[in-house]
Amino acid sequence: MAELHVELVSVEREVWSGEATQVIARTTEGEIGILPGHAPLLGLLAEGYTVTVRGSGGQDVVAAVHGGFLSVTEQGVTILAERAELSTDVDTGRAQAALDRARSEGDEAASRRAESRLRAVGSAV
Amino acid sequence: MGAQLRVYRRRIRSVQSTKKITRAMELIAASRIAKAQQAVTAAQPYARQITAVLSALASQGTVDHPLLNEKRDPTRAAILVVTSDRGLAGGYNANVLKAAEALYAQLRNENKEPVVYVVGRKAVGYYRFRGRDVAQAWTGFSEQPSYNDAKDVADALIETFLAATEEGGVDEIHIVFTEYVSALTQRPAAVRVLPLVVEQSEESETPAAGEPLPLYEFEPSAELLLDALLPRYVETRVYATLLESAASESASRRRAMKAATDNADELIKSLTRAANAARQAEITQEISEIVGGADALASSGSE
Repeated sequence: MAELHVELVSVEREVWSGEATQVIARTTEGEIGILPGHAPLLGLLAEGYTVTVRGSGGQDVVAAVHGGFLSVTEQGVTILAERAELSTDVDTGRAQAALDRARSEGDEAASRRAESRLRAVGSAV
Repeated sequence: MGAQLRVYRRRIRSVQSTKKITRAMELIAASRIAKAQQAVTAAQPYARQITAVLSALASQGTVDHPLLNEKRDPTRAAILVVTSDRGLAGGYNANVLKAAEALYAQLRNENKEPVVYVVGRKAVGYYRFRGRDVAQAWTGFSEQPSYNDAKDVADALIETFLAATEEGGVDEIHIVFTEYVSALTQRPAAVRVLPLVVEQSEESETPAAGEPLPLYEFEPSAELLLDALLPRYVETRVYATLLESAASESASRRRAMKAATDNADELIKSLTRAANAARQAEITQEISEIVGGADALASSGSE
């Protein structure tokens, strides 16, 4: 089966890279699923959502990605995120606390950041 | 103990404690270089990818954006000077400031009015002492800059760049920082970041000449994407210069502190020699006094 080479890079480091069979992300236009052989595409990711990478081994890698770009080329998929965090690194309690704080202060950007982290671990927002 | 010997011993002790401090600073700086270099390497994938995406986008031919437009006759130019917050880094700050002055003079000659933005307390002090205006200053992160710091700086610069010249906007933005060539060599460098020229880094993974760049579909439109991408690109450029400056700062400090430690060693050695000589002289003197005294007693007793 054809595979996609996926790189998930944030500004400060490369968060994850490897082979995958599918990438699911959400651009400002809506949810998008990328399979191997997808036409070249450049998308602007919506803030506050996650990117799911279906690894070739069958396991899913979910990352909280706050804003950024999705670039699909023949070489593979690159996700350029301003901030990215793997779901395994998210501390649910702290993310929830951050969300509550951000909402009570009316901090739009911070609450969306917290939302994306919570979505990554599968909590309802 | 003689007075002279006491003075030597005191100086040795004081040099020794100074040496402890410089040695500690040397070790801290050495560990910071490694950390700063890691940060530089870690930031490279993103910079490489965003450059690749932008050049692909630019090759579509429809690129038109205020950040890319060269103004017809530029009259004002901003200079961002990146220095450190703390001193004791050898010639690090002096070199950057010298390069900034050179650029300042050059811009003046080209009939552009330079506006100075600074990063680091050392540059703030430099310009304040000379009574010169600084448009905006950022301090407190020179050794370990985060992306948010770079974003603050870049956003302020982009804003002044987009403002009209009459309202205090600038037509060009230059950054003066210190390039980290190797652990032994760092040199000040001046680059123009705005208007943007999308640069290919040498090791970028762009297809070889002849091979077409990917023909992208856009989601949303190319204009909106460019709007979002270009500021990010400027931010990564600023971030890269801040990281490189941080690495250079630590490298300069390590070298300066190593020299200081070596000098302290040297000083201790020569002071110890002098102290030993003084001790020896004292003993010799005492012996000759005793011998002299005994002689005097013996000669007075025999009479």
